[in-house]
Amino acid sequence: MQLTINGKPRNFDVITLSVENLVASLNLEGKRLAIECNGEIVPRSQFSVTQLVEGDQLEIVGAVGGG
Amino acid sequence: MSDLLKIAGKTYQSRLLVGTGKYQDFAQTRAAIDASGAEIVTVAIRRTNIGQTAGEPSLLDFLPPEEFTYLPNTAGCYSADDAVRTLRLARELLDGHKLVKLEVLGDPNTLYPNMIETIAAAKVLVKDGFDVMVYCSDDPIIAKQLEDIGCCAVMPLASLIGSGMGILNPWNLQIIIANANIPVLVDAGVGTASDAAIAMELGCQGVLMNTAIAAARDPVLMASAMKKAVEAGREAYLAGRMPKKLYSASPSSPTTGLIK
Repeated sequence: MQLTINGKPRNFDVITLSVENLVASLNLEGKRLAIECNGEIVPRSQFSVTQLVEGDQLEIVGAVGGG
Repeated sequence: MSDLLKIAGKTYQSRLLVGTGKYQDFAQTRAAIDASGAEIVTVAIRRTNIGQTAGEPSLLDFLPPEEFTYLPNTAGCYSADDAVRTLRLARELLDGHKLVKLEVLGDPNTLYPNMIETIAAAKVLVKDGFDVMVYCSDDPIIAKQLEDIGCCAVMPLASLIGSGMGILNPWNLQIIIANANIPVLVDAGVGTASDAAIAMELGCQGVLMNTAIAAARDPVLMASAMKKAVEAGREAYLAGRMPKKLYSASPSSPTTGLIK
């Protein structure tokens, strides 16, 4: 399955993947982040029950220094 | 004397709000913010670096959200839609946090705000329950419109973002302050301590800055200077300055009892 994450294509050896599994596979567990899938926010409480499918476009964001 | 900054129903001791960008490292960011005494700190929302190692420190490790009031911004957004999208992500990121800094830029060279897009975004965000502190031009009519939309603070520029040019139009700021029923804070353009003091003497409720501290030769010392400048300017405003008098000297010492 191919997903686009933060603008870059990434391949996963599975047919489907929960957002929770995705976060773990990207080594982002425990990080404070927010995720948008195809332009819709996925609330943190829904990570485990939201399944991703081929072609999903994801934005994973965090807080950084800024004015 | 209790003289607190009140924004969206919450009170703050410090009238200095600071950004967290452009520092050498997170340790310097933290040291400067401690020296500034700021309670509200701005942050940007950006794509997470996917390749990063799990233990890599983040800004939030150095500035725990329990200790500071975060003010997520929309820096880098050039449309109302992008700004609204960014702040909805910020709200999710910060567990439903409502206080945000809206800025919609119009031009990458000057970073001058696009007020048409800013107003459009402000309407959506206020309706969506956000407490919107809005970066704006120093146009008194626009500032009033933003207040009428329901923004919780207007933040006109003193001069261009990152320019350090100081307060270029104190007269417009004065009009904005005189007309406003919500806090007016100067955001952007402050270069050194006297600029911050002048903003406060004009009657601003606070000052927001980043580059003036981060780009100083000694950011921590400048942060301390800014803290004092904001406090001094505020006290001078509350004290009420003496009237200016040209060519009408009035000695401070008695005019009688002089030796002959």
